[in-house]
Amino acid sequence: MSDDAFENSSVGVVETQYFTFAEPPNEMQLENGERLGPITLAYETFGVLNSERDNAILLCHALSGDAHVAGYHSQEDRKPGWWDFMVGSGRPFDTDKYFVICSNVIGGCKGSTGPSSVNPKTGKPYNLSFPVVTIGDMVKAQKSLIEHLGVKKLLSVSGGSMGGMQVLEWAIEFPLMVTSAIPIATTSRLNAQGIAFDEVGRQAIYADANWQKGEYSHTTRIPAEGLAVARMLAHITYLSEESMHEKFGRRLREKERYGYDFSTDFEVESYLRHQGESFIKRFDANTYLYISKAIDYFDLQRDYGSLENAFKNVPARFLVISFSSDWLFTTAQAKEIVRALKVNRKNVTFYEIPSPYGHDAFLMRNPAMEKMISDFLSHAYAERGNHAV
Amino acid sequence: MPYKKYTRIRFDLEIIAGMIENNSTVLDLGCGPGDLLNKLIHEKKCVGHGVEIYEEYILECVGKGVPVIYSDLDEGLGDYGDKSFDFIILSRTLQVVHRPHLILNEMLRVGRVGIVSFPNFGYWRVRSQLFFLGRMPVTKDLPYQWFDTPNIHLLTIEDFKKLCRDNHIKILTQISLGDATRGGVLARCFPNLFAKQAIFKVQNMDEATASTHYSSTTAS
Repeated sequence: MSDDAFENSSVGVVETQYFTFAEPPNEMQLENGERLGPITLAYETFGVLNSERDNAILLCHALSGDAHVAGYHSQEDRKPGWWDFMVGSGRPFDTDKYFVICSNVIGGCKGSTGPSSVNPKTGKPYNLSFPVVTIGDMVKAQKSLIEHLGVKKLLSVSGGSMGGMQVLEWAIEFPLMVTSAIPIATTSRLNAQGIAFDEVGRQAIYADANWQKGEYSHTTRIPAEGLAVARMLAHITYLSEESMHEKFGRRLREKERYGYDFSTDFEVESYLRHQGESFIKRFDANTYLYISKAIDYFDLQRDYGSLENAFKNVPARFLVISFSSDWLFTTAQAKEIVRALKVNRKNVTFYEIPSPYGHDAFLMRNPAMEKMISDFLSHAYAERGNHAV
Repeated sequence: MPYKKYTRIRFDLEIIAGMIENNSTVLDLGCGPGDLLNKLIHEKKCVGHGVEIYEEYILECVGKGVPVIYSDLDEGLGDYGDKSFDFIILSRTLQVVHRPHLILNEMLRVGRVGIVSFPNFGYWRVRSQLFFLGRMPVTKDLPYQWFDTPNIHLLTIEDFKKLCRDNHIKILTQISLGDATRGGVLARCFPNLFAKQAIFKVQNMDEATASTHYSSTTAS
């Protein structure tokens, strides 16, 4: 596609929609034993559900993502959704062929019920009284939305990072509702290093005096500094040594020589501060705590005895993708998933895409990723009536 | 693209396809663009996947809807359990791996029957280039210059048969392919000199002895 043609294939202006369910007394049962309701999910859809209702694809977002996967919220909006280049006419998630759905997870802060939502029982924001939700809970809530939209079986579920965890959870927990699964840059369980980074992020938030044990929403102070530090740290884990070297090297920021003080010297410092500052404008600190916890808790080996056992009765075909320079969700972790699928003789394709961009590579244009997903979906769609192997 | 039935694929792959039973499980090591598996999946109702290391081939496999796993064969087949496939195919790949004898033993651990094909370095045209020109041969089947070739372990048909003997591997079938127009008879009579390439169906010696039982169970 030329640049112009690519621009024209955008989904254009989209509107976020809301679905509320689990009204008391029919609250949703959570993994931690508590019940939550009512629950609202913010979601966006693209394309049209066909008359057989079998062309729907669910996209799952990562830690800081939301329902706004593609397009723009208004004509003036300058930044498109988080996976815009993947969704549109002729793009891998082809809106001419497929009905694409993306929803904000529960616990989120972009329109879905989360710690900053008002608890109808008290009339006050939940804050830390919000139950600790899991990846399984997020998926269970999405299932209600999918059913509400009239979809009985998803043609595919796809997403990267935490989104990939949801993909695995979907395929395992609701095997009859998933024709194909595309987990990208993800793992069946975070390693100790990953949990460690998440914990430092949370500690940065706790350490901010403005956090006030999570009860900041009714005050004039928010834990912006703590959240910004959490984001700066996390952002480093999304890049790679090579990409940081390429992008910044040791270049100084608007100066010729060292300042010999504690102002910003290096480009990379300035970049990270900018990342932190822009993040606090769009994200809630308590949500950060809840979602990072959900990521840490995710462990298919623990939940199902073994990964082999987890995939035993999963009929979906899989396309597993990792990136060579991703040191947060590594190729070795992707290979564990692939191995468990192979042991169960599942239909699985796996590729480690060479990329210098670290974990964030899944959010960047990449010809191999785009072609594989597009072709994989075409076959899943063409053969959707056949019984999966 | 949807599969077109009875699409012609490379000649040696057609022969290999003919050696594989319907409804069997197949692992194709170094599957290339996935033509053989595509045919087996659609025409013989086989289940299986390919293993490949080159992106271009992986993308072609996905384009055909053939399951493929990115992996380096030199890292072994540790992910696969014993006898987890009916057939393991190693077509024109033996000569590119770092330790051919290990991959051969591994494939017969993982599969019940192995099918191996390779270009024959004993072919008379290859020999004559080396003999008369005194230089490493470059032919249609071995098109690379010596300094830039993936073929790091070139072998002759006799070399392969010796490797099988030394590793207690039984050769069930040998097919020697000569020059398409003239070399058929010569290749059958004097394969090591006149076959351009060879295809072997092999099995571990101890299993081959019990194979009568095996073939009756797989046919049912």
